Amino acid sequence: MTERLTTDVTIIGGGVAGCAAAVALRRVGLKVVLLEKGACGAGASGVNFGGVRQQGRSLVELPLARRSRAIWDKLNEMLGEDVEFEATGHIKLARSEADMAELERYARDAAEHGLELQLLGANAARADLPWLGEKVVGASLCAEDGAANPRLVGPAFARLARRLGADVREHALVNAAAREGERFETRTDALAVDSRFLVNAAGIGAGKVASWFGEEVPLGPVVPNMLVTEPLPIFVTRSVGVCGGDVYVRQVSRGNVIMGGGRGWGDAELLHSGPTTDQSLTGMRKTLDLVPALRGAHIIRTWAGIDGQMPDRIPVIGFSATTPDLVHAFGFSGHGFQLGPVVGEIIAELIADGRSPSPIEPFAITRFAEASVLPAAAAGVEH
Amino acid sequence: MADPLVVIVGAGPAGVRAAETLALAGLQPILIDEAERPGGQIYRQPPAGAVRPGIYGLEIRKAAGIHGVLAGLGAVDYRPRTLVWNVFQDRLDLLTIEGHGEQRFDRLILATGAMDRALPFPGWTLPGVFTLGGAQIALKSQGVSIGRRVALVGAGPLLPLVAHQYVGAGAQVVAVLDVTPFAPKLLQLLGLAAEPGTLAKGLWYTARNRMQGLAAAYGVRAIRAEGKRQVEALIYKDAMGVEHRIACDAIGASCGLRSETQLADLAGCAFVFDQVGRQWVPQRTGQGRSSVPAVYLAGDGAGIGGADAAELQGRRTALAVLEDLGRPVDLAEAARLDRRLARQARFRKALENAYPFPDHLLDDVADEEMVCRCEGITAGALREAARDKDAAEINRLKAFTRIGMGRCQGRVCGHAAAELLARASGVGIEGVGRLRGQPPVKPIPVLGGVP
Ligand SMILES: Cc1cc2nc3c(=O)[nH]c(=O)nc-3n(C[C@H](O)[C@H](O)[C@H](O)COP(=O)(O)OP(=O)(O)OC[C@H]3O[C@@H](n4cnc5c(N)ncnc54)[C@H](O)[C@@H]3O)c2cc1C
Ligand SMILES: Cc1cc2nc3c(=O)[nH]c(=O)nc-3n(C[C@H](O)[C@H](O)[C@H](O)COP(=O)(O)OP(=O)(O)OC[C@H]3O[C@@H](n4cnc5c(N)ncnc54)[C@H](O)[C@@H]3O)c2cc1C
Repeated sequence: MTERLTTDVTIIGGGVAGCAAAVALRRVGLKVVLLEKGACGAGASGVNFGGVRQQGRSLVELPLARRSRAIWDKLNEMLGEDVEFEATGHIKLARSEADMAELERYARDAAEHGLELQLLGANAARADLPWLGEKVVGASLCAEDGAANPRLVGPAFARLARRLGADVREHALVNAAAREGERFETRTDALAVDSRFLVNAAGIGAGKVASWFGEEVPLGPVVPNMLVTEPLPIFVTRSVGVCGGDVYVRQVSRGNVIMGGGRGWGDAELLHSGPTTDQSLTGMRKTLDLVPALRGAHIIRTWAGIDGQMPDRIPVIGFSATTPDLVHAFGFSGHGFQLGPVVGEIIAELIADGRSPSPIEPFAITRFAEASVLPAAAAGVEH
Repeated sequence: MADPLVVIVGAGPAGVRAAETLALAGLQPILIDEAERPGGQIYRQPPAGAVRPGIYGLEIRKAAGIHGVLAGLGAVDYRPRTLVWNVFQDRLDLLTIEGHGEQRFDRLILATGAMDRALPFPGWTLPGVFTLGGAQIALKSQGVSIGRRVALVGAGPLLPLVAHQYVGAGAQVVAVLDVTPFAPKLLQLLGLAAEPGTLAKGLWYTARNRMQGLAAAYGVRAIRAEGKRQVEALIYKDAMGVEHRIACDAIGASCGLRSETQLADLAGCAFVFDQVGRQWVPQRTGQGRSSVPAVYLAGDGAGIGGADAAELQGRRTALAVLEDLGRPVDLAEAARLDRRLARQARFRKALENAYPFPDHLLDDVADEEMVCRCEGITAGALREAARDKDAAEINRLKAFTRIGMGRCQGRVCGHAAAELLARASGVGIEGVGRLRGQPPVKPIPVLGGVP
């Protein structure tokens, strides 16, 4: 028998974006039903690298990233549990003079958005990270960036949403949603939810949801490949990335070193993904160039996850172009973990006030209707 | 057309017999094992050159049979000291002394065997506490006892066997404690008689142990290891509830076996819940076919059946491979194997019933007890996550607590964690699901120098 629910807002997708939106919407007093296909925060949000990074983002994302970063400081208190956020600093390494020029340019631009980066020459970079390999010619440090435990953040938002009164349904795969008059009807096998607003925060599944409303978006999968070692004595004191984004490393406080690089395999339809050996081995080799001390350390697990990716590597955030009262937030292109908390607030602002104080125009879904060729953002492949 | 490439993982009784059957049918199978010499767990060999007379006891002829097979078969491409750490589509990822490598296959037989099922009890992480299988490996492979005064405790046929082997090797065994009651063993005699030879051996071990003054205590509860830096004593309550304390410097403790299923998981095989083993195992037909067309399963890796069943399954599975490859198959032989496997299955069921799962050990685990020693996770932390974060499923529990995320990836702690979660959330062990595996199935080193 189908259970019927009536609510103000239905959210499809229980990743960080959807769960943070449920919290923010409850805070402004709206009734919320959240429908998640599996378990909340077990998709991209639960398996990512954990980087809480502003440095290197497309400049149009920086205002959102800055606002989100302020929330990260208060997150433990807000969620009522420790999500292991640590501002370790994020250091981005240059492996050539051209890389260094890119870092210098970016530091100037970022400063205009209030993001202070510290440029380091080879010696200063080595003084900061004495174990660095040969290839490094310089670096850019963002002291306030860091990392958190991705396995904890999404579920913690979901539990907070529940405590605040949201009706969070897990193992609830949405297989249809439609606008009927002034309302939305959203269906799973067991549920029919009637709502005034609908939020599409379905991650890699968001393209399908958009298509139900006649909106075709060029959303593709991105499947970062990840490796983790057994616990080692702490020495990688910062989250480390490189120009080009082909490898990144950090060490969690337990001592495990997490490294990412290359792409796994993924089935966007089944939301199923896994690591690929060639990429894992290449990732190891590239990591060794930067962190030679990891030679011989034991890899205990490799994995991958699927995020939705847009051709210009920045997300879609905002109202639908075809359907009133439908809000999209997807296509985070491999770097939406840091943005999650603010995306939730922006979704709530759009629904409660019809607008957000944050500059979200660059993320309009209409950009794909207008331009046939989009430039890929400079720092596209970083996570 | 080139001959199809059949790869077998595991050179225990199952894998060796599968290789033999394929080779005799004119194929050239590749047989991969991470160990140095063939034999698997039961017929594990000492390092080349070492001689350990008597270690296989009554199984000496079977052991010699398995050890000798490969030498007589030029067609088997045997690759020892090679870890298979991943399966993806038609490719295996390997680790050898030389570094990382790969191997393609047309058909894959997984004969990965089993390992001990370790359950936590107070003091189980103290130096000096081994599993029963670990105690046996020390003896067979390294030719040493795990201690000077050895206490053996647990459940399953390995308990009297290891006691017998230790005594035979001249070790001082100070206690043999069975955490399951005696009565079911009598009740199951009829079923055990399905394999009269094996039953007789079991009785013989027990009788020999008794003659040597080593009577096992049954129905033992509340076991506890004590010691400052290392084991100094084993404390337990007997069936009447009286506490005993036995001075010892080593303990062998485990409760039955669990199948090594990670490669089957990575190969995409469907799993079913094995009520007797209380474990999810890859689904297999009586002929050894899995749910994945190119992947076959033989031996203890897909449900515990013991060494004799493993040999039979190895042969039977090879016949299924031959049949699927369109090669001629001796149907009478297949039917004979099927009959013998059916008898083995009756014996196995009776054996498992003779050693019912020792629930009391898990019911008794205190909050401060360590469940995962790699990540330092206590029973209390698991119970708290189950309660406060509604982690009713084992992968959820893993995400919240790191259980199953350490070096062993849950091979050691996963069973106990599932049992504790099932109790904490009031569902059956089946209801908490199974840990999703990720490559590598065992740790692999970060190496450069690969393409
Ligand atoms: C391996 C990896 C590493 C990454 N590293 C970083 C990093 O270091 N820093 C960073 O900032 N970002 C990183 N990211 C990106 C980041 O994880 C994502 O951008 C972010 O988590 C996206 O959040 P989300 O809520 O949009 O999507 P998701 O977390 O994917 O959530 C979407 C949810 O929708 C559900 N869903 C889909 N379809 C349906 C349906 N029809 N009905 C019901 N539910 C549905 C899914 O099950 C899923 O749970 C990484 C991503 C990956 C995969
Ligand atoms: C420690 C131990 C001791 C045992 N002792 C006895 C005993 O004395 N008597 C008895 O009747 N039963 C014993 N058993 C039960 C045993 O499982 C079976 O009797 C029998 O050995 C099963 O045969 P098999 O061929 O299925 O697997 P096994 O004999 O276990 O052989 C499996 C082989 O696969 C190899 N392998 C597994 N995974 C990989 C991988 N990823 N890459 C490469 N190689 C791999 C292993 O090295 C091993 O050689 C014991 C079990 C264990 C765990």
